[in-house]
Amino acid sequence: MITRRNMLGAMSAAGAFNVWEGSLSAAFAAVRGEQRFVFVILRGALDGLAAVPPYGDADYASVRGGLAMTKTGSNPLLDLDGFFGLNPALINMKAYYDAKQLSVFHNICTPYRDRSHFDGQNVIETGGVSPNLYHDGWLNRALVAMGARRVEALAVAQTPPLVLTGKARATSWMPDTLPEPDDAYFGRVQALYAGDKMLGPSLSSALMLRAQSKAAMDDAASKQKPKADLVPLFAGAGRLLAGEGPRVAVLEASGWDTHINQGGGDGQLARRLSALDAGLDAMKLALGPIWDKTAVVIATEFGRTVKPNGSGGTDHGTGGAAFLLGGAVAGGKVHAEWAGLKPEALKDSRDLPARTDMRALFKSVLADHMGLSRAALSTTVFPESGGAKAFKGLIA
Amino acid sequence: MSLEGAIAVHRFGLGARPGEIAAASQAPKDWLLAQLEAPAEQPVAIVPATPLMSGAALVADDLQFHAKEKLLNEARKKGMPMEEEGKALYKSRYDMVVGEMAARFALGFKTTRPFAERLVWFWTNHFGVSTANPRCSVFAGAFEREVIRPNINGTFEIMVQAAVRHPAMQLYLDNVDSIGPNSQAGLRAKKGLNENLGRELMELFTLGVDGGYTQADVIAMAKLLTGFGLDNNTSGPPSADGYRFYPQRHEPGAIVLRGKSYPAGEAGTRAAIADLAHGKATAHHIAVKFATAFLADAPTPTMVKRLEDVFSKSGGDLKALAAAALDDPHAFAPKLDKVRSPVEFVTATYRLLDIPKADAKPDAVTNQIRGAMGVARMMGEFPMAAPSPKGWPLESEAWSGPDAVLTRIEWARQVSQRIPPNVDVVALAASGLGALMSETTSTAIAHASSKSEAVALLLSSPEFQRR
Repeated sequence: MITRRNMLGAMSAAGAFNVWEGSLSAAFAAVRGEQRFVFVILRGALDGLAAVPPYGDADYASVRGGLAMTKTGSNPLLDLDGFFGLNPALINMKAYYDAKQLSVFHNICTPYRDRSHFDGQNVIETGGVSPNLYHDGWLNRALVAMGARRVEALAVAQTPPLVLTGKARATSWMPDTLPEPDDAYFGRVQALYAGDKMLGPSLSSALMLRAQSKAAMDDAASKQKPKADLVPLFAGAGRLLAGEGPRVAVLEASGWDTHINQGGGDGQLARRLSALDAGLDAMKLALGPIWDKTAVVIATEFGRTVKPNGSGGTDHGTGGAAFLLGGAVAGGKVHAEWAGLKPEALKDSRDLPARTDMRALFKSVLADHMGLSRAALSTTVFPESGGAKAFKGLIA
Repeated sequence: MSLEGAIAVHRFGLGARPGEIAAASQAPKDWLLAQLEAPAEQPVAIVPATPLMSGAALVADDLQFHAKEKLLNEARKKGMPMEEEGKALYKSRYDMVVGEMAARFALGFKTTRPFAERLVWFWTNHFGVSTANPRCSVFAGAFEREVIRPNINGTFEIMVQAAVRHPAMQLYLDNVDSIGPNSQAGLRAKKGLNENLGRELMELFTLGVDGGYTQADVIAMAKLLTGFGLDNNTSGPPSADGYRFYPQRHEPGAIVLRGKSYPAGEAGTRAAIADLAHGKATAHHIAVKFATAFLADAPTPTMVKRLEDVFSKSGGDLKALAAAALDDPHAFAPKLDKVRSPVEFVTATYRLLDIPKADAKPDAVTNQIRGAMGVARMMGEFPMAAPSPKGWPLESEAWSGPDAVLTRIEWARQVSQRIPPNVDVVALAASGLGALMSETTSTAIAHASSKSEAVALLLSSPEFQRR
């Protein structure tokens, strides 16, 4: 007999979207090369100075104020090269760096110089010099240039993001359990409900309960255990890439738009970084031996202001940080054309000026790791990128 | 695009499909009323293998089901459990219910007559038939298709008469078990009345709990309803609607209900139901519910009185009632008083984002519709599945508890990740909310950290959560 209970069970099972467009386990013809490439977009503008603090800069501690981190104390930053360090949350990334499997890029940005998330993300995904120049993404154009005839790209997303949109087919996959929305999103909705006498108090009360139950869970678990909400995404991508299916994957993570109370070595942003760090290690584990053939680029649409704002956060800026990691990477180095943190060195006296074009990083990896020709890179994949000179020796 | 156009689409419709606010803006009231020129649209099965069956066909199907179930039970008693067959049998019934509800959701996502659809939802909920009752669960969809949809622009009396005799209602409120104690069947089987339908017909469907009836009236109504049943008499030609009157179960003799005597027989019962449908208390009861559903959580006495008068004077004309609600001075007030119910919220979301897309593959369409069904359930509501014959609550409070609100905005964030990367979110927000969008929401959307977050904020905004 149909009961409410069995109806409910089946309904909730259907509640989460599970998008499988085509079978990834299908046999693939031998594709050229065994290299894997993963592009991780951090949507919302990661604060590069919080992820990779330039603690050796004489002005760092004073301009960063309450957001500054130190090499000593209860929660010290993780030193990289005596000048730059990593946020204490990035434990696994520090290990990759020490194993020469991580390179860090600083004071880097796309050619975009305004401060809109939508436009900045459009530029980092289309690979143009300004927003809305192209309707397809640079990674899709790269797949076309590689002669991809099959589905060789995977989007860990509900819908393939713009960077993978275009002629080459991409598949998309999401784990059954979707990641929870980030705290910043809840904060924004709360602000929208400020004048709503019914929805406002309800949401506040729910968020308070949620925080309490999380705190209780955190206490119960090891304090060292990072928040793991990105783990299913990264582990899933790793498993799919380790097989005979796609060679290229794109993941996206939000929660970086830290206008309010971003924290330093701990707090909101550090928790988010910790989730990313845990995700990366889960992917490495899932890739197994394929890790050695993998290069991962992590980038964000732009950086954030050097000085904290009035609410313990940072506002939209220009230059930021990016990462290249994986077993195929010749790492252990910070690449930064550093200009200092004095007001006169900053763009509009507030942002890192971005002395490195993000496309230089993308081009180098596509050329040296995925075997794209320099000609294709500077014509179809990244038109008008002649000024962005590729790095040498980023790939082992 | 006018503010009235946006209100017409959101408060009285199901939320904006692309371009809908613009279409409604010219003459919002006319746009709404034009939707009531014909009976409501009928849903179409999403999974062709599970067609939507008529009430009459379901009566026959139900007989077969119970026969098979009996065989399986006997086999089990004999130590031969036919588990696979049993599972398949119950699964087919489950698929029928899910198929009905999926078709209903799908119609809500795409209909170009959203006001007509809202009226369908309101009247279906008024009659409470619920799949929570296993006995009638497969009949619920047919109830809405056969009793409600053809009659949203008819009279209340026609709708009540159709509701009472429908197999779904006969089963839901146990009238099939009610036998006149002095009827042939009653005397032979020593069985008697079941008051369930008689009581709810007065308490919930017509007069209202304080509408002026006594326990004696409940018994009288139950007696009048004896003999109403399903056409599961396999001899003789089948009836068109699955209903049949069984004189041998009908209580003989004239019966006094609320001071008026009704002769025995089907016609006498229909006359009694007609009097209830046209009762003064009924007009008030319906006016309160209608105003609460469409206009305000706490409708003013003036608001209710206007609807009540129109209902009475028009002889329970449901189109006139709907038009009267649109004529209320507060009908197009900018303040959004009501919180969308979960089904309304999920529907408005799919309409805004145009899900499922017209070119989506059948599997994807099914998944997306099933996804919507699942989340509506998680937010606390599912169509035709209320826990009691009272139906789902009409007040905002029922849907805005802490956990429900959190689930809603979490889902908003999830579903927003389905937007195509090239979508213009500012334009989407403008066409979706029109003049209802507040400065605060518009700023939040413009400053969101990604396009998908912008859409999530749009969906979570008070203007979208309310109507």
